[in-house]
Amino acid sequence: MTVKPGPIDALDFLEIGSQLSDEERLLRDTVRQFVEDKILPDVGDWYDQGYFPKELAKEMGAMGLLGMHLEGYGCAGTSATAYGLASIELEAGDTGARSFVSVQGSLAMYPIWEFGSEEQKQQWLPAMAAGEKIGCFGLTEPDSGSDAASMRTSAKRDGSDWILNGSKMWITNGGIADVAVVWARTDEGIRGFIVPTDTPGFSTNDIHKKVSLRASVTSELVFDNVRLPADAVLPNVVGMKGPLSCLNEARFGILFGAVGAARACYESALSYSKERRQFDQPIASFQLTQDKLVEMMISVNRSALIAMHLGRMKDAGTIRPAHISFGKKENVRAALAVARSARSVLGANGITLEYPVIRHMTNLESVYTYEGTNEVHTLILGQAITGINAFS
Amino acid sequence: MKIAVCVKQIPDPATPYQLDPTTHWVIRPPDQVMDDTDRYGVEVALQLKEASEGEVVLVSMGPAGNMQGIRQALAMGADKAVIIDDAELKGSGALSTAKVLAAAIKREGADLVIAGTESSDGYTGVVPQQISELLDVPALTFARKFEKTETGIRIERQTQSGYDVVECGLPALISVTAGVVEPRYPTFKGIMQAKQKPVDQLTVSDLGLDGDSVGGSGSGQDITEVSPVPSRQAGQVIEDDGEGHLRIVELLEQAKVV
Ligand SMILES: Cc1cc2nc3c(=O)[nH]c(=O)nc-3n(C[C@H](O)[C@H](O)[C@H](O)COP(=O)(O)OP(=O)(O)OC[C@H]3O[C@@H](n4cnc5c(N)ncnc54)[C@H](O)[C@@H]3O)c2cc1C
Ligand SMILES: Cc1cc2nc3c(=O)[nH]c(=O)nc-3n(C[C@H](O)[C@H](O)[C@H](O)COP(=O)(O)OP(=O)(O)OC[C@H]3O[C@@H](n4cnc5c(N)ncnc54)[C@H](O)[C@@H]3O)c2cc1C
Repeated sequence: MTVKPGPIDALDFLEIGSQLSDEERLLRDTVRQFVEDKILPDVGDWYDQGYFPKELAKEMGAMGLLGMHLEGYGCAGTSATAYGLASIELEAGDTGARSFVSVQGSLAMYPIWEFGSEEQKQQWLPAMAAGEKIGCFGLTEPDSGSDAASMRTSAKRDGSDWILNGSKMWITNGGIADVAVVWARTDEGIRGFIVPTDTPGFSTNDIHKKVSLRASVTSELVFDNVRLPADAVLPNVVGMKGPLSCLNEARFGILFGAVGAARACYESALSYSKERRQFDQPIASFQLTQDKLVEMMISVNRSALIAMHLGRMKDAGTIRPAHISFGKKENVRAALAVARSARSVLGANGITLEYPVIRHMTNLESVYTYEGTNEVHTLILGQAITGINAFS
Repeated sequence: MKIAVCVKQIPDPATPYQLDPTTHWVIRPPDQVMDDTDRYGVEVALQLKEASEGEVVLVSMGPAGNMQGIRQALAMGADKAVIIDDAELKGSGALSTAKVLAAAIKREGADLVIAGTESSDGYTGVVPQQISELLDVPALTFARKFEKTETGIRIERQTQSGYDVVECGLPALISVTAGVVEPRYPTFKGIMQAKQKPVDQLTVSDLGLDGDSVGGSGSGQDITEVSPVPSRQAGQVIEDDGEGHLRIVELLEQAKVV
């Protein structure tokens, strides 16, 4: 049967949607609908006010978004690609929503699921999957960013208990979390601790005056002689492998999410350029504008192909951390370039929160830095292809 | 209680419709979505099922395609689907559609039938009443609130000036208005289980219907012409030279609104 090709779809130029299974498409459409209903109408205001609506957690949980790629314990157990597709749709709404889901699923639930005891899993995962308990992930410190292994936060044994001291910085969800997964130095090496946020000695300070990721809570965590029982430690991992494997999970979601942010900027610029008239014609009719639109379109499609390819590799079990670095570095920088170009197409309107573009543009500055800075991923890739470690 | 929900798959409203130039029928792409208005019907059915046990069966007529729309409703929580897809149905109008849906509902032996008030693509708004007539059950239409009673169902029927409270025993049919409930999102688990749920694909003869009584010939109607909506005329711009308000009052008077 020959199929008569229909007209080109400017919003899915390479017809990447046709590569999805029926289930993947339905899942994507479901998240897209959720974003349209629950995020897009108000996100400009949230951003303006520096607010994240944490009541979204339960709705996300009911749908199955939280820890969606994990098996059992109330999690949906989808493919990795499906997790990626959901990340695209969430971040097409706002990076804050995608960050919330990344942190909850990949940084807080994943270590419990992967390295926790059966009791820890039973205690935390079902409630976190349902969005009844919110998690955060504490790795970065004021003096320890890219060089996370230099952390100072420490846990010392006291009888069978642990005493936690130190602080963590830039922690997404910190101020709204019920539980923190905290990485700390111990006599045995770096270990992960499950810290309920109502434990005495635990406190948080939200970081204000952010100009990026405003519809997301970012906080400092402070541990002042926080006494934890023996079973607070994640039993099945010691060393930087613990936090790094969490970051790999989250970065995987980010390399998809960036596609969503870029797509939203491109779509906004495309529709604006067809409406906005100057010199008696739509600005889309100027060659300079078309060049911008075409470059954006190519970039969004290329990033989506990279993401889908890496998704299939992850589902096949062949992906390695360096592949994820490729996607994180390339797709985030590409999204940032798309956002800046789209911003220029919108002229003065491009600097307001009436349009999504500057929100995405400033958000992407955080994405460029967190989960391994652009430079750190360059070094990972450089090491992968030369065999030489250029970190220090 | 067995609840049948009429669910129509329609081309995605986000992409422009194409009409066949000679028959004027909508060209149905393989990818169709569930009509948005039917999400409300499915939600009502699921709430009634949750309140009093039972089974929710989706009934749909039309080209099955890849059944994306049906899967969406199954993923929301419906138990099974019956879809009638048959070349004989080509050219079905509202009456043919109602005959086919009524026959399928009868075959399922449903106690309660739920339909949308009108579909988003055809919007004749007559199929539910036709089904109730064909099944010889009462039709409670334009439901904006609903409630199961001891022996049947009670609704608030939206009217121009307010609402009527109407109730009846089962079997019955209700048509629901958009906004009656907030439709749930399909859950990811539901999406993954939807493929395993039973979907019966039936033909006209499976329903014991005669081909001539349905499809184009059974509709009793033809689409003779289709024309685009005339584009709106450009508005009139009044430059305000200080007297603008007087011109506006004049125009309002001409329009007989003041
Ligand atoms: C909004 C937001 C949310 C965050 N959420 C979390 C969270 O939930 N949990 C968490 O633990 N952390 C979180 N972070 C922290 C984030 O992961 C760190 O900011 C990041 O790892 C970089 O660390 P840094 O800011 O200390 O920068 P630094 O490490 O000080 O880097 C500064 C600059 O130096 C460069 N640089 C550093 N080392 C090298 C090198 N060897 N070679 C070349 N260049 C180098 C970097 O690339 C960068 O350009 C968040 C950050 C932000 C902005
Ligand atoms: C000229 C013409 C050609 C057509 N050709 C075909 C064809 O080739 N093949 C074909 O299968 N159909 C065909 N149809 C049927 C058409 O798609 C509609 O299903 C039918 O006309 C009902 O009209 P409506 O959508 O206006 O219903 P409305 O009365 O506006 O719908 C009210 C409610 O009834 C239910 N309902 C309506 N239609 C269906 C349905 N099909 N399945 C399940 N529930 C439904 C829904 O709950 C809906 O919300 C054709 C219709 C016309 C007018």
